[in-house]
Amino acid sequence: MKLPIYMDYHATTPVDPRVLEAMMPYFTGKFGNAASRNHPFGWEAEEAVEIARKQVADLIGANAKELIFTSGATESNNLAIKGVAEMYREKGNHVITCVTEHKAVVDTCKKLEKQGLRVTYLPVQKDGRISLDELRASITDKTILITIMTANNEIGVIQPIAEIGAIAKEKGILFHTDAVQAVGKVPFDVTALKTDLVSISAHKIYGPKGVGALYVRRRNPRVLLAEQISGGGHERGMRSGTLNVTGIVGLGKAAELCRLEMQKDAERLGKLRDRLNEELHKNLDEIYINGSMEHRLPHNLNISFAYVEGESLLMGINDVAVSSGSACTSASLEPSYVLKALGAGDDLAHSSIRFGLGRWTTEEEVDYVVDKLTKVVQRLREMSPLYEMVKEGVDLSKMQWVTH
Amino acid sequence: MAYSNKVVDHYENPRNVGSLPKDDVNVGTGLVGAPECGDVMKLQVKVNPDTGIIDDAKFKTFGCGSAIASSSLATEWLKGKTVDQALAIKNTEIVAELSLPPVKIHCSVLAEDAIKAAIADYKKKQDEANGVKPAAEHALPSA
Repeated sequence: MKLPIYMDYHATTPVDPRVLEAMMPYFTGKFGNAASRNHPFGWEAEEAVEIARKQVADLIGANAKELIFTSGATESNNLAIKGVAEMYREKGNHVITCVTEHKAVVDTCKKLEKQGLRVTYLPVQKDGRISLDELRASITDKTILITIMTANNEIGVIQPIAEIGAIAKEKGILFHTDAVQAVGKVPFDVTALKTDLVSISAHKIYGPKGVGALYVRRRNPRVLLAEQISGGGHERGMRSGTLNVTGIVGLGKAAELCRLEMQKDAERLGKLRDRLNEELHKNLDEIYINGSMEHRLPHNLNISFAYVEGESLLMGINDVAVSSGSACTSASLEPSYVLKALGAGDDLAHSSIRFGLGRWTTEEEVDYVVDKLTKVVQRLREMSPLYEMVKEGVDLSKMQWVTH
Repeated sequence: MAYSNKVVDHYENPRNVGSLPKDDVNVGTGLVGAPECGDVMKLQVKVNPDTGIIDDAKFKTFGCGSAIASSSLATEWLKGKTVDQALAIKNTEIVAELSLPPVKIHCSVLAEDAIKAAIADYKKKQDEANGVKPAAEHALPSA
């Protein structure tokens, strides 16, 4: 087993060697501009792009013509939300989203609010999912878009996408989903889920960084977007800019591999994740899973280790790459807003660790992480005043804390 | 984030982890911070009644590596100091000793607060034991 161990596959994934191999020729020999219509260099590049478009479309049950390549899911989310808000502003000015969305969605909505858009941020229930009744109740005759992520990047919780899609369809509202963490990991079909816009990223599915896609429904309804990047009119006029041919080839190949191997990967990783969870629960008391276990990505686990602070935990397992929702590990010095939204208390957000398993995670690695984490949690609890107080019978919630 | 060697050393080999009997009249306990803020420090000092010198100090900390290191360092520095000398310890000295980056300065502030809270608790107990009214802080015997 090689150290350090990577168990942060929600942050990014390595490029699969088969993906890299597919990309290589397009850096040097086949370097053409896909928009060059009058020579073989251009044709060759265009052909590669169209193959990739089909590969991505096949992964989500779409038509290749419905895919637009972007620089990644942040751009896809921006284009979907801003593009709809601008294009349909005569129809309405209300968007519904959710508090646990990725910043690329939340901050895009906040920016549009400053320009007069009205945004409803649905809360989530204790399990991390939105309430469909609350969604229905928040719809007005001015609602033009519902944007709810498929699976959350921190807690891996999968939203009731098919149900949301059905509600949106019934009300004639467009439905966008940031599906970055779900596509390629669990089955996703744009027809079954009734989605109109879907954001996808290559580097979350063993493809390269800097490339992504946006699915834009062409039929029933035909979705129109106001371009956010102007220029040569590439990608049906919705996204100008010379196509990142190597990146797109990589995304296509990555999508194809996911389509072929997703089921096998998900089964294997689900078992490993359950092993990680069960062994940690065997070894440690007072550990809490954040979010629904039932509606969750098979390769995600997010646990709070009560009375131990997340950054100090990470420091103790410095040969294991995972993330924490602790304030100390974030640039904003705020604990995870996703975990706070679950209503479990800020103290549990500070104590959380996100595990993201992936294509190269082994049982040996899982066992190593369990062993190491158990020892570190035990050691840190021995020096935790909170653990001591709880063992003495003090109710921490009734304490008067001296803050500054 | 990269930690300084001294922070790593205190994190891996924390000095004086533990608890002193909090009902002992010669022990002062400071508990500062809050779980929802991500750090809580408990720092205790035991003052020798004959010499007025802190002859033992213990801590327990819920917090990041820098918070653990700040409190561990504080207990090291407290031992052998008089109560007044202990009160003179400044958070900036902890920052300098541990090479804490700006985002971690609050850890050193918390450690200074914990020292002050522990000493205040000790003085309060001494006053009560000597029958002095709580307000008359300076009446207690100092070294």
